[in-house]
Amino acid sequence: MSDVIIAEGVSKSYRLGEQTTAYGLLRERIAQAFKAPFARQQPANQFWALKDVSFTVGSAEVVGLIGKNGAGKSTLLKILSRITEPAEGRIDLHGKVSSLLEVGIGFHPELSGRENVYLNGAILGMSRREIRRKFDEIVDFAEISKFLDTPVKRYSSGMYVRLAFAVAAHLEPDILIVDEVLAVGDSAFQQKCLGKMRDIRSEGRTVIVVSHNMGTVSSLCQRVIWLADGKVKAAGEAQAIIRQYLSEGVKNDFVWTPRHGILSAFEYHSVSIESGDAAGGGEGFPANAPIDVVFDISIHDKFPDGRIEMRLQTDSGDLLLTSTSADATGQMNHDWKRGRQQFRCRIPADFLMPGRYFITITEPYGSHDIVRENVLTFSVTEEGSLSARDQRGGKIAPRLQWRLTQLTTDNR
Amino acid sequence: MHTIIKPRRGVAQLNLAEVWQARELLGFLAWRDITVRYKQTSIGVLWAFIRPFLTMVIFSIVFGRIAKLPSDHVPYAILTFTALLPWQFFSTAFADAANAVVGNGYMITKIYFPRLILPLASIAVGIVDFLVSFVILVFMMIGYRMVPTWRVLALPLFFALCLLFTVGLGLWTASLYVKYRDMRHIIPFITQFGMYVSPVAFSSSIVPARWRFLYSLNPMVVVIDGFRWSLLGTTQLYVPGVIAGTVTSIVLLVTGVYYFKQTERVFADVM
Repeated sequence: MSDVIIAEGVSKSYRLGEQTTAYGLLRERIAQAFKAPFARQQPANQFWALKDVSFTVGSAEVVGLIGKNGAGKSTLLKILSRITEPAEGRIDLHGKVSSLLEVGIGFHPELSGRENVYLNGAILGMSRREIRRKFDEIVDFAEISKFLDTPVKRYSSGMYVRLAFAVAAHLEPDILIVDEVLAVGDSAFQQKCLGKMRDIRSEGRTVIVVSHNMGTVSSLCQRVIWLADGKVKAAGEAQAIIRQYLSEGVKNDFVWTPRHGILSAFEYHSVSIESGDAAGGGEGFPANAPIDVVFDISIHDKFPDGRIEMRLQTDSGDLLLTSTSADATGQMNHDWKRGRQQFRCRIPADFLMPGRYFITITEPYGSHDIVRENVLTFSVTEEGSLSARDQRGGKIAPRLQWRLTQLTTDNR
Repeated sequence: MHTIIKPRRGVAQLNLAEVWQARELLGFLAWRDITVRYKQTSIGVLWAFIRPFLTMVIFSIVFGRIAKLPSDHVPYAILTFTALLPWQFFSTAFADAANAVVGNGYMITKIYFPRLILPLASIAVGIVDFLVSFVILVFMMIGYRMVPTWRVLALPLFFALCLLFTVGLGLWTASLYVKYRDMRHIIPFITQFGMYVSPVAFSSSIVPARWRFLYSLNPMVVVIDGFRWSLLGTTQLYVPGVIAGTVTSIVLLVTGVYYFKQTERVFADVM
């Protein structure tokens, strides 16, 4: 088996600090040029997202990339996809590469399903002929043939995602690079997507997949690369690495702070998880205590009405619930007052099953929201859990109200 | 197929073959912009004709009738329209190209494709609009019973010059815009102010002779004069000016392509 991906000493750094915004202002550059006309821009605090990462992937291998948030998985994917350049190192890829960091890139809401298939296919690197040849297959896979000529803005989110995935699934690369795009759609469609992934493997293609969902990783991948703090912590046979990762590697991410600066008048200072009780934290939260998700934000300027959305996912990738900051108002959106403020969303006590959970949040950004996936991770322990006592099933374990009304008394 | 990913050092590789391979994508992106523009409008593509036509009517009234600017003995409407054609192409295609990278930022951070495609697709949209407006000119010239001379053969050359200039300035602005968001305010300034310094509403014959060379450093002066020269035959072609404008455009284009390629490696990081 020959190696189709060879990565040697790949490093990537980002500058942190100094710049408060993600982009420069001309004024700063001009001022700097006057102050020190011959000096190059000072490299501010360097942050190494990846440091000296080396690995190889053989042909027809499916390799999982795991690690907690900020370990460098996304950066590595972006480098492999040629979206961004490494600062050091070299990667050789033998074969046609396709990357799917998101499905439905370039989809335009005003265009019909048919038009979007062509557009998206072209963006993913398919030729017009190739798309035409696979068109019927794509439409069948997405199960949307009746709505082919309807603008996709009228699609339900399920239809939209199915169509977007269907186009992606019909790529024929030698090397496929996939981000957690599988965590979409209903579970029947997810199964179909997983099946498609297995087909891709049996067709002799090489796949690199990033996932937080260890179930997916262990069922799909033969090998796993575990990234921690920008370095390869371990690599090898999937089951062994996953066991190791689950037993020691998974730290709970209780606090998230954005690393990309302010994008708009809406700024996240942090999003964190706190136990509603004094106890908790450390290894996890007891099931019988409330858990608070705290959104610490600032609104710097007039900002269009909107909301923060929070999605709670189980570690098998099931979306458990979605809650928004506008829920309390009874409206879709709410207005924003300027200044620093905190939203506190309480997940009630006696509600979640013991297990690991991931929180995805949205960041309002003018007309649309930016989705920040799996920014927080926490565990609910069996302590005080209703379900742990008698191993009951189900997705949630709320303590429901049971009221006894004695109707007659039989005094025999 | 073998791809090597490593940090690029020194002067950027142009890799124009890659852009050529992605020409279908360019076509699709341009087609998307055109289709979306006329979706949900009740008169659809008619807007492509109405906009330049109305501008011409307003110009004729304001500058020809009210301000009575000299029109070199041709109908003022024609004089204006021959200038509006390349000017409107430049101003819309330039502004769209300048916005193309920032406006498609979400695509840049999610997938790889030759980044040059984005501004080029915007310019392709401009070319389509230009062709539509050109049809109006043909009808106007028939209406005024004006027959172009052999000089009309030079028209594609002047349009090519206009294209070079638009691409060059567009690429510079598009890449600067990624780093410096100040460009948002500079782009409309260029398209608005530019119209007053270019001979759109007047004939360049009113510019004093000693300023003529300096004035021609603005390639749009050469383009507009060239359009009038080849279609109407009134304007004298000022050869040193043509050379000056062409050199300016070529310098802008070559440096623009290089600057774009040089900065594109950080597009995804600063987006």
